[in-house]
Amino acid sequence: MLVNQFLFLGAILFCIGIYGVLARKNAVLVLMSIELILNACNINLVAFGAMWHANDVSNMSGQVFALFVIAIAAAEVGVGLAIVLLIYRNRQSIDVNDVDLLKG
Amino acid sequence: MFAQLATFAWTAPSIDYHALAPEIIVAATLVVLVLVDAFTGENSRWATSSIAGVGLLAALIPVVSLAYNGTERVLFGGAYVVDDYALVLKALFLLSAYVVILLSTNYIAEGDYYEGEYYQLILASVLGMMVMTSARDLISIFVALELISIPAYMLAAWRKRDAKSNEAGLKYYLMGVFASAILLYGMSLIFGITGSTLLVEIGPKLGDAISSQPIVTLGIVFVIIGFGFKVSAVPFHTWAPDVYEGAPTPVTSFLAVASKAAGFVALMNILFIGFYGRDDVYGPLIWVLAAVTMTFGNLVALRQTNIVRMLAYSGIAQAGYILAPLAVAGTSLAVGGEALRSVVLYLLIYAAMNLGAFAVVIAVARKTRSASITSFAGLFQYAPALTVAMTVFLFALAGIPPAGGWFAKLEIFRALTSAGTSGGYILATIVGINSVIAFGYYGRLIRVMWMDDAPDGDVAPIRVPVALKAAVVLTVGVTVIVGVFPGLLTHFTDPITLFSLAR
Repeated sequence: MLVNQFLFLGAILFCIGIYGVLARKNAVLVLMSIELILNACNINLVAFGAMWHANDVSNMSGQVFALFVIAIAAAEVGVGLAIVLLIYRNRQSIDVNDVDLLKG
Repeated sequence: MFAQLATFAWTAPSIDYHALAPEIIVAATLVVLVLVDAFTGENSRWATSSIAGVGLLAALIPVVSLAYNGTERVLFGGAYVVDDYALVLKALFLLSAYVVILLSTNYIAEGDYYEGEYYQLILASVLGMMVMTSARDLISIFVALELISIPAYMLAAWRKRDAKSNEAGLKYYLMGVFASAILLYGMSLIFGITGSTLLVEIGPKLGDAISSQPIVTLGIVFVIIGFGFKVSAVPFHTWAPDVYEGAPTPVTSFLAVASKAAGFVALMNILFIGFYGRDDVYGPLIWVLAAVTMTFGNLVALRQTNIVRMLAYSGIAQAGYILAPLAVAGTSLAVGGEALRSVVLYLLIYAAMNLGAFAVVIAVARKTRSASITSFAGLFQYAPALTVAMTVFLFALAGIPPAGGWFAKLEIFRALTSAGTSGGYILATIVGINSVIAFGYYGRLIRVMWMDDAPDGDVAPIRVPVALKAAVVLTVGVTVIVGVFPGLLTHFTDPITLFSLAR
């Protein structure tokens, strides 16, 4: 199994995620795009982790790193949805283009 | 699979509790705060800020005893190191968080939002910063970074019924998470090339990885972009002025000083240990970032009318100065040492002068309820002590002796010129030109405070609470004393080094 197939998948997910963050107007969809980027990183980490693990059985850093990333991503989304909910309560909209009180 | 796993001989790592004591004390204070908040009534909530402050000061005791002891402690197979560098920065984070708590006490108590949770979040963020100073592993750096940032997102959105504060929270959150996602992608590539998450092992392997140049370059660039967001380097600065304006002002001071310093600490850990052999990649990138950041920050700061936004852009410009020595750090080991020391010194002095400036802004806003620069008019007529303090901080930020900032700038120049390369000299010239531009807006504020008349002739004095007074006195004291006797600080920063592990 070649590792670069997984890296290719990771790179595509990463690009879709970046596009989503830049182009989406809905705050929840922006959050989902960020999750895509984080999962692209997870695919990379697990693929590289498997590659190094095959060379040296004691090397599990990639898999461990991916577990940490999954846990942290969950914490991040919890906070992010709470903030989006606040915005919705105060303005009845979660369009990120409407959030423009502060500028200059 | 299980048979393979069974062949590992695994013993629990021995844990050096003395080395971890500062973090343990902060974490324990955090737990105490949660319990106090849960089991006491509304009228004893004032205790939470005192407990948080005492906890932070108590955590300084093991920091001092570790520094006195002086041995370099390496924990968890090199992933966590307690050396002079880590201890100096731990002391910086503890003290600046203490000052932030002094700034917050009355501000938060007089607002109609929760008190206990505020201090819990500050302490959680400080815990992340303390871990960051010692983190020498990609995983621990990433976890520390998120431990710093996630509470900070919530703090920025603290005034939950205020649309501006919501907006600050959302912008900070989206930019922050986006940045850490990009950073993480860079880290995954670096891990893929080297097969290790330990910076000590990454260093030599990256230096030799000439055959996979593109992926190394991509990894390093993504990691630096990720930290560029955190330290608000141009062009990744767009969140900073909005978040600083929308967040409660004590939180702004925390973000502008402690959070930014933590970003630089992480950047230094990675650059000096992990990427040090690849200055052909990061050198030019950071050179451009530094030059653009300081120039853009200063030029935009010139036309600000809101003082918090002005301080935000001034902070962006200062981030450019701090980045500058890192651009030449790879020239030689001696230059690297100079650059490291100058950045740490700048972070220490920057914390004192910037926290002080925010303290005065908070004090004045208690009366004027405004953050516009015109509301500072005639400050000298009714608050001469605050005016003198603010003038000291602005002189320090502009780099005029005797206030502390001049020495920090001098060290930056020294590091840049010690490289002896044309890039270093050009960057030093850009720093010099920018210092002159910067005096334009610092000087304008000084003129408004001393020369103009108070709006509507309102010269009723400002009532400054004790905690806020203590914060101003503390920061003025540090700024002036360091400016007059810089040796007091260099005594602590001279022995620091990050190379001992890399080679």
